[in-house]
Amino acid sequence: MRRRILHRALLAASVLAMPTAVHAHLVTTGLGPLYDGISHFALTLEDLLPALALAFLAGLRGAAAGRLVLFLLPGAWLAGGVAGLVWPTVSTATVPTTVSFIAIGGLVALDARIRPPWVAALALVLGLLHGYLNGSAMSEARLGALGLAGIVASLFVVVAQAAALVVALRAPWARIAVRVAGSWIAAVGLLLLGWSFRPA
Amino acid sequence: MIYDRPTFSAISAKAAGACVMALTLWPVAAWAHVGQGGAEGFLAGVRHPVSGLDHVLAMISVGLWGAQLGAPAIWLLPVTFPVVMALGGMLGLLGVQLPGVEIGIALSGVLLGLAVLAECRPPLWAAAAVVGGFAVFHGHAHGTELPAGASGLTYSVGFVMMTGTLHAVGIGIGVIHRWRWGRVALRAAGACVAMAGAFFLWRAFA
Repeated sequence: MRRRILHRALLAASVLAMPTAVHAHLVTTGLGPLYDGISHFALTLEDLLPALALAFLAGLRGAAAGRLVLFLLPGAWLAGGVAGLVWPTVSTATVPTTVSFIAIGGLVALDARIRPPWVAALALVLGLLHGYLNGSAMSEARLGALGLAGIVASLFVVVAQAAALVVALRAPWARIAVRVAGSWIAAVGLLLLGWSFRPA
Repeated sequence: MIYDRPTFSAISAKAAGACVMALTLWPVAAWAHVGQGGAEGFLAGVRHPVSGLDHVLAMISVGLWGAQLGAPAIWLLPVTFPVVMALGGMLGLLGVQLPGVEIGIALSGVLLGLAVLAECRPPLWAAAAVVGGFAVFHGHAHGTELPAGASGLTYSVGFVMMTGTLHAVGIGIGVIHRWRWGRVALRAAGACVAMAGAFFLWRAFA
């Protein structure tokens, strides 16, 4: 009798000890929508690369342009995101996203001498577009405003770091390296554009 | 010899042991990494530019030639090549036909190799035009050979990064241009690339 109880207890223990998926990573579990938003921006190249390109462009154009972009881009992203949360779209808008790669990456590659107000205008357009798409995605994923706040916080940090790094560069080769990075982003955009329209 | 008949408790113990083993060793996917397919696309993109010797030699030659020409060509050529190559890749992806792609790729090896061998110094715009022209062929070939199912964005990132890295390797090797023996070695490398290009050209026609 005691042995039978022991066997049943052992069986019950083994059922309890049965391994299941750990879901060890943030994106699958979500440690809260804010962290999901932070990780979303860091892991989504569609958003990260044009934002980096704009930070590089602002950095190449000096500290004034860098400061403008630092506050305008996250602000516009937030405004676009709120609009996306309220009036979401199902469209992924691949073409405008890809065009932002080509346009801003190309400007970095050319080291285009555009004035800070134009850089600010670019920040507004990019922020509103990508923010709106992010807001729509957040609405669909039910991450809401906290998820958007995570994205904007992450964006602010990335822009601050990247633009400040480029502003501080003095060696000609280092600035050329930034331009090469811009050309790579533009090249990725071109390939992505072809990828989007390739015949099935 | 007399065997004892197994008792109920002995059978139960074996069954319980088997259950314990089965349940504790039950395999479950950990799903430890997110974005399945993304990493695969990136690695496929990284591998693609180095998968053909004709591409590798041409891209390294661009770096070598840039190093020979010095500033601003040393950075202008490697900036031009990936962008124009991506343009060619886009045309390939869109299904736009480009005649003589393999011949163009082989010719790029021959002419870039000869340019390095002769330490040719054309005007900057002409050098950029030559490099850009050949880049279209390389990009088109890559664009038509892209694997199905990979993530387009991560593939493109890996592909462009590896192309740029190959140019950087060429520029890095080209640093030896500052020494007399280095200049000779670079020209010899150019001769090797030109010969390899001639071989690929022969194969393209064969």
